Amino acid sequence: MSNGIVNLPPLLRTLRRNRTGPILIGIQIALTLVIVCNCMFIIQQYLRHMNSPTGIDEANIFTLTNAWLVTPNDLEARIKGDLAAIRAMPGVLDAVATLSYPLAGYEASISISPAPGPRQPHAGVHLYDVDEHGLAAYGLKLVAGRWFTSTEVLSVPFDERRFPAETVVTAALATRLFRTANALGQVFYFDPDHPCRIVGIVERAHNAVVSYRDEDSIFLPVLPLNNALNYIVRSWPGQQASVLQSVGRTLYSLSRQRVIQNMRPYSTTRHRAYTEDRANAVMLGVVCVLMLSVTAFGVIGLTAYWVTQRRQHIGMRRALGARRVDIFKQFQAENLLIASAGSLAGIVAGLACNLWLLSKLDGLQRMSPAYIFMVAIIVIVLCQFAVLGPSFRAAAISPAQAIRNL
Amino acid sequence: MLGYYLELAIRSLRRNVVLTTLMVAAVGVGIGTSMTVMTTLMAMSGNPIPGKSKQLFVPQIDNWGVKSHRSVSDAEFVPTQLSYRDVTAFMSAHVGVRQAAMYSLGLNVNPAVGTPFPAIGRATYRDFFGMFEVPFLSGTVWGQAEDNRREKVVVLSSRLADRAFPQVDPIGLTISLGGRDYRVVGVIRPWTPTPRYYDLSVAFGETEDFYLPFTTAIDEQIESNGPFICAGEGEVAQGWPGRVNSECVWLQFWVELPTLAYVRNFRSFLQGYAANQQQSGRFHWPPWVQLQDVTDWIASKDNHVVPQGIRINALMTVGFLVVCLVNAIALMLAKFATRRVEFAIRRAMGATRVDLLLQCLTESLIVGLIGGVLGLGLTAAGLGGLRALHGVIGTQSAMGHLYSQNIEAVLVTLVVAVIATGCSALYPSLRASRVQSGLQIRAL
Repeated sequence: MSNGIVNLPPLLRTLRRNRTGPILIGIQIALTLVIVCNCMFIIQQYLRHMNSPTGIDEANIFTLTNAWLVTPNDLEARIKGDLAAIRAMPGVLDAVATLSYPLAGYEASISISPAPGPRQPHAGVHLYDVDEHGLAAYGLKLVAGRWFTSTEVLSVPFDERRFPAETVVTAALATRLFRTANALGQVFYFDPDHPCRIVGIVERAHNAVVSYRDEDSIFLPVLPLNNALNYIVRSWPGQQASVLQSVGRTLYSLSRQRVIQNMRPYSTTRHRAYTEDRANAVMLGVVCVLMLSVTAFGVIGLTAYWVTQRRQHIGMRRALGARRVDIFKQFQAENLLIASAGSLAGIVAGLACNLWLLSKLDGLQRMSPAYIFMVAIIVIVLCQFAVLGPSFRAAAISPAQAIRNL
Repeated sequence: MLGYYLELAIRSLRRNVVLTTLMVAAVGVGIGTSMTVMTTLMAMSGNPIPGKSKQLFVPQIDNWGVKSHRSVSDAEFVPTQLSYRDVTAFMSAHVGVRQAAMYSLGLNVNPAVGTPFPAIGRATYRDFFGMFEVPFLSGTVWGQAEDNRREKVVVLSSRLADRAFPQVDPIGLTISLGGRDYRVVGVIRPWTPTPRYYDLSVAFGETEDFYLPFTTAIDEQIESNGPFICAGEGEVAQGWPGRVNSECVWLQFWVELPTLAYVRNFRSFLQGYAANQQQSGRFHWPPWVQLQDVTDWIASKDNHVVPQGIRINALMTVGFLVVCLVNAIALMLAKFATRRVEFAIRRAMGATRVDLLLQCLTESLIVGLIGGVLGLGLTAAGLGGLRALHGVIGTQSAMGHLYSQNIEAVLVTLVVAVIATGCSALYPSLRASRVQSGLQIRAL
């Protein structure tokens, strides 16, 4: 006992004699590991999701919803008039009218297929209506091809469906449909009679609704003639506040027969879109912290009890020549042994739990074993810290004091 | 006898305050966390119309042929709404006791005084109100005649009535919606079925502010404010006539079938209808239909009523509760073990094992109860936190309902706390009561 290494056989013998406590602590550590590592892993995915870029110039964009009290007969001219007035405002870089936009919370979607024919595989995509100003109004990054020209833009009344022959898609969708990001000139089909050619590819454009697949979006050269439309306004850096303040006045000066609502900077849209994810991430984070504290306090409580229970035993060993550091080490080692055994079980169960979750839930990824090992080490270190107090108290027991009660 | 156990229990709990506190805290934190999620989950999957949830039915029909021959990718699902041609067929067949087709509307209200504002409404039939037990504040629903004559009448929510007609009884007055005038025939009380089962496209939101006759809304070609989903084959909708003849789905239909005979009758009608559509050449696939009551409808996988994140949280917090209870078991074992001598003396003085067992259990149940009360407080705090995270103000709104405790949730919390602690105390108590009197006293 005089060297630095703790004697293992007597340690195991002590643990064997008093099985239930250590087993329970082991189980608790294993369960803690299973839950904490899965929680942290899911939190990490939420965070990545919440921070995923939309591909648009978020800092300088704001949106508003314009609805006419009574749908005017010259709706197309009214919308174009509104857009022209906004574009002419000082501080405005560009503007566009659309039914839906990235993270809007509601989608306009359509099913497309990379080949004609009714039984082809197809994909549901989110679509954004834009005119020739769309690229500048969103601040998108065009990585290949070109944007739409004004002659390509179709005006489509709300109760009609017309299919443009050109489109701009995200690189992610191009890859998914044609297995290459270089899909310029490729054709997909709305239905066998309506092919659509890819004339441009943008780096990214987030979907309108938050889900586990982020960038299945296409842009179509369409001016939707709907009573209610969203106006996307991009201002020059630093000008947003003043534009936000005066845009209402500009629109009302054209006509008062309208309702303007949901006027808000894009940062608010992003914040609202991820409300659910944020709440869940916080919830799981709280669970992790509470779980680690409960386990740490449990270890403290139980070890403290063991120390009290084994006072005489400790006193005896001290009287027979064991040093304080030996007693201290014994308790630390005991805990290390229990925590390691528990962690081992927890690692296996945690990976199994992750696989089970994968089979039950959409959009989750497989957890790497390295990750769970890292969490295991955190838990073991935490337990070592938790046991410090009781260990010191055990080491402080003096031989005389402990044996006096014999 | 119970008084004696209680006295002993309290004395023992006070003797080792640290261990007691740890136990109570473990139980309380575990209960608080899991009940925070469970309360939300209970509200989300609760029964919005307990008396009639087994009498109200929603039919589904696969008018896209999804079930039979199209490749099913992640973007595809059996339609959960109906096309106009199907609901009109269901309405005119009149197979149930009551039935109503409906869809969501969004119109601007132009009040006599003040600025115009947008409002959400619903186009439906008069049976909507009787079928779903909508409470009226004043006036009443329009009659069968108004449904048939496509009259411009409207039922308002009390919220909209207060805003558009402050301090006036609006019954008989007209209100301008979307540029047309409607005569107010009734005002309903606040009514928020949670989840909003009759149209799950917004499962946890406010109910509508106005209700128009379905026939009137169709007549005036008012477009739907809800999901309008087109898939499947058939011609592409052009204009309003194309829209109502298309295979696009955008309507809901509910039917009241009070007895099993009615249900059987409707089911065979539905199957016959779908088979007819195949024979007439509209469907090139074997008919697939489904008829579900409110409970099944909410639980249906196609509707995604309970978000996946909540289910993950529920799973994780229940796991956390288990950890807390394992922790409590270990602490109880430790606590009872320190009192072996006390138990031995009581055994020697004539207490039976059952007496000791009961005493240990009493002590644990007190811990459970205090932990439960702590858990209640923590649940309230947790729900408050969730409200803040979701930006919900107050507990009166539809979202507020999800994050607030009701009597039911409070009782469940306490019962869960006591039962969970009782179960985890069983093993430590049994072990403690099995003490050998002679052995322990000799060791004194």
